[in-house]
Amino acid sequence: MSGEPSFTLDDQPVPFQDGQTIMEAARVAGVYIPHLCFNPDFAPHGSCRVCLVKVNGRPQAACTTPAVAGQVVQSEIEELQEIRRGILEMMFVEGNHICPACEKSGACQLQAVAYYVGMLAPRFTYFYPQRTLDASHPDAVIDFNRCILCELCVRASRDIDGKNVFAVQNRGLKAHLVINTPSGKLGATTFSITDKAAQVCPTGAILIKNRGYETPIGRRLYDRQPVNVVGDVAQVPESEGGRRHE
Amino acid sequence: MAESSTLAQTIHDIVQRHNSVPTRLLQILREVQDSLTWLSPEAIERVADEIGLSPDKVQRVAEFYSFLYTAPRGSYDILFSDNITDRMLGNRRLLRYLCDLLGVGIGQTRADNRVSIGVTSCTGLCDQGPAALVNGYALPRLDKPRLDRIAELINSQTPLSEWPQDFFEVTSNIRRADILLGRHFADGAALRAVLKRGSQAILEELIKSGLRGQGGAGYKLALKWISCHDAPGEVKYVVCNADEGEPGTFKDRVLMQEYADLVFEGMTLCGRVIGARQGFVYLRGEYRYLLDSLKATLQRRREIGLLGQSILGESGFDFDIDIHLGAGAYVCGEESALIESLEGKHGVPRIRPPFPTTHGYLNKPTVVNNVETFAVTAKIATEGGAWFASRGTAESKGTKLLSVSGDCERPGIYEYPFGVTVRRVLEDCGARDAQGIQMAGPAGHTISPKQYDRRICFDDLATGGSFMVFAKHRDILDGMRNFAHFFVHESCGFCTPCRVGTSLMRDLVDKVHTGHGARADLDEMRRLGRIMKAASHCGLGQTAPNSVLDSLDQFPEAWERRLRSTSYEPAFDLDAALSEARRLSGRDDPGAHLPDEQSDLVRLAKLLADQDAPMSDDERNLLGALP
Repeated sequence: MSGEPSFTLDDQPVPFQDGQTIMEAARVAGVYIPHLCFNPDFAPHGSCRVCLVKVNGRPQAACTTPAVAGQVVQSEIEELQEIRRGILEMMFVEGNHICPACEKSGACQLQAVAYYVGMLAPRFTYFYPQRTLDASHPDAVIDFNRCILCELCVRASRDIDGKNVFAVQNRGLKAHLVINTPSGKLGATTFSITDKAAQVCPTGAILIKNRGYETPIGRRLYDRQPVNVVGDVAQVPESEGGRRHE
Repeated sequence: MAESSTLAQTIHDIVQRHNSVPTRLLQILREVQDSLTWLSPEAIERVADEIGLSPDKVQRVAEFYSFLYTAPRGSYDILFSDNITDRMLGNRRLLRYLCDLLGVGIGQTRADNRVSIGVTSCTGLCDQGPAALVNGYALPRLDKPRLDRIAELINSQTPLSEWPQDFFEVTSNIRRADILLGRHFADGAALRAVLKRGSQAILEELIKSGLRGQGGAGYKLALKWISCHDAPGEVKYVVCNADEGEPGTFKDRVLMQEYADLVFEGMTLCGRVIGARQGFVYLRGEYRYLLDSLKATLQRRREIGLLGQSILGESGFDFDIDIHLGAGAYVCGEESALIESLEGKHGVPRIRPPFPTTHGYLNKPTVVNNVETFAVTAKIATEGGAWFASRGTAESKGTKLLSVSGDCERPGIYEYPFGVTVRRVLEDCGARDAQGIQMAGPAGHTISPKQYDRRICFDDLATGGSFMVFAKHRDILDGMRNFAHFFVHESCGFCTPCRVGTSLMRDLVDKVHTGHGARADLDEMRRLGRIMKAASHCGLGQTAPNSVLDSLDQFPEAWERRLRSTSYEPAFDLDAALSEARRLSGRDDPGAHLPDEQSDLVRLAKLLADQDAPMSDDERNLLGALP
C-alpha cells in the first residue's frame, strides 16, 4: 500500500491510480461526492458543477480535476454545500420541476442530491420557461421541463448506442435539448427503451411509458436511503428502483 | 426547383473552395450566409451533406454564433453596438430613429426582407461611436444626418460597395506611444535575429524580458513557448487571439490595422522557436473590415520572403498564416473555446488540463497569444529582453496598451509603462469629472475615486486594456445593468452557474435599477456572485459578477438610493400578472386592479412579510386595527 499515491479528501487518505480524476478515485474508494452530469461509464463532462470541491484551497470540479499525490481536497464543508445548494436551486428555477406531480419523485437523482446538500426550496426567482412534452414515441416520453442539460442522453446515444438521437442547440439560457429529426419528435427516431440513453437520465426528463407508479411513493429508491448511500440512479438496476436495464 | 438548385450550386461552390474541410465550417457558414442572407434548414442540410457532417453538428454551429442567422434577415442587416460607451453617446436614440425611418422594429426584419435592425455587443469602436455594423462592416460615428443617408441607400438598394467610403472609415486615435507603438520596426528584423542567434537565445531574451500575456491573464510568455517547444509531436501550431471581445477594448483592432506586420512577425518568430509551420489569426467577426488588408499584408510578406517556404532563404524555415473570422461570440476569447471555434465547432471552453501548449488545435501542441503579446515578442527579439524589462514594475515588465473611452476629451489608444496610476491616465485623456472607471471591461474592476492612485499592472489592477470612464452625471447602475445584460447574451450555456446565474443576476440588477429592489436583493446579488465565481467552468462565468460585486463595494450609494424602504420586495408584480385577465374581460376600471401601493391593505401585507423592518407609529396603528 505504501507505494500507492494518495491525496486527502476531507482529511481521509484516498489512493488513486495515475490518470484518475478526484471523482473517480473517490468513487473507487467509496467516498461520495455529490454530482449529476458525471457517470463513470462516460468521459467527464464538467457542466453541472455540483461536484465542486476545493483542491488545495481552489474551487475545482472533482470530475474533471486529475488526482495528484498530496493534494488536499475538501468536499463536505459548509462553504461548498452552500454553493452546491445554489447550483441545485438554479437547476430547479431554470426548468419546471414539480416534484409532487413527477413520476420520478423519490427515484430522481436531482431531487436526491438536492436533499443531500440541504436544499429544501429554491430561493431564486423561477423562470417558468415554456417547454414542451414529447409523447410521440410508443415506449417513452420526454418532458423537456425537467432537463438539466447534463448531456448524458446525448453522450449515451451518440457514443454507446450509435444513434445520435439527442443534441443540445443554441447558447446561454436558450441552450436546450433537441431530438435530431426534422420534426424534432422522439417518435421519428430509432430510440429504444433498451438504449443506454434511456437509462442515464438523472431526472424525470426521460420516462418509460406504461410503467408509471409501479413503486409507491415512500418506498422508492431514495425514499429508503439517501443518495450518498444508494449512488446514481443510472447504476441501480430497475428491479431495485433504479434505471439500469438488466 | 430552380431556386433550390441555385442554392445547392452556391453551397457546393463555397464548400469546394474550402476543400470540404470540417475545420472550415464556421468560415463556410459565414460565406453561405453572405450569399443567402440566412441559414435556412435546407442550406444547413446541404452544407452538412457536402462536408459529410451530421446536420445537428452544423445546426449547433449555426445556432451558437450570434452573427449566424437561422431565421430570415434583411439583405441589409444592421446591428447597433450596444456597449455602455455607445449608450453614453446616444445609440438608443439613433437606433429608434433608424427603425422609424425604415419602418422596422428592433430585432426584426422588414416584411420585404430588405432590412433588419438589431443590437450587438461592443463592436470595438468605443472611441468613435455610436457604432453599428452593416452586413458585418463597421460604421463608426453615427449621427442623424448619416442615418438619413443610410436609410436612403437602403431604400434605393444601393450595394455597400457604392456607399460613401467615409462611412466606413475607422480611425486609430493613437494618443500616446511608448516602446511598442513609438519605435520604428524594420520588417523581418526579428526573423533575421532568430536565424542569426538561434531559438534558444531568443527564448533567453524572452525570459529576461519578463513578458506576460497582454490579453489580461498575465501568464509568463516564455514558459508557454518553452512548454509548447518541449511538448512531443512533429506538428505544432501558433494561434493569435484577435477575438478582442471585452467591451471597451479596441487596441488589438489598432494593432491589426496599423501594425499587422509586427504581429505577423511575432507569430512567425514563435513558429520558428516552437517548431510550428502553421499559424492562425482568429479575428473577431466585428473586425471583418480588416480582412482584405490583412490578407494583402500576408501576401506581401510571402512575396518578400517573410512568410511561406524557406523564409529569408533559410531552408526548412517554413511558416504560413491563415485568418479565421469569428462570428459574434465573446466566449471565444477564452483560448480553448477559441481553438474549438478554429476547428469549425461551437465555442465551448474545453476542460483544462490538458492545456493548449500540449493539446491545442486538433489536439496538437499550440501556443495561443494575444495580438499585443505577439507584437511585443518581435520587438524583444530585435531589441533584447533587458531593454524591454527596463520599463514597468518588478512583476509587470514593459508597457501596456490601454483603450480609453467613455467620458473623456481624448478617447483612443494610450501606451504606458506598467505601473501607471489610474489618475495619470485620467489626466492624460482629459477626464475631468470622472466618478468611476470600469477597468478591464465588465469582467474587470469597478474603480471609484478613492482608488485612483492604484497602479495598472498585474500585481494591482490587471487589465487586457479596456478603460471606460463614467463622468459624475452618469448613473453607474446604467453601466452595471448594461454589463449584466452583456453576460446573459454571451454565456455559452454549458455550465449551470453561468448559464443560469447570468440571467438571475440580470433580473436582480433590472429589479433594483427600475426601483423595485430591496436590501435582500443586494444580499442575493452577493450570494449569487459568490456561486458564479467559485463554480463556473471558465473565466467568463467566474468573472461575470465582478462589476456588480465591485460596484456594491465601491458605489453602495448608487445601489441603495434605488431601494425601496423594505428589506424584501417580491420579484412578482401581482397587479401586472392580472393584465391578461383584464384584457380578456375588457375591464380596466379601478375594481379590476389591486389596491395601490400606499393602500392600507398593501402596507399591511408588507409589514407582515417583513418583520425585521422598523415600524412607524402609523404602521403600529395599522397593525393595531387588525381584528
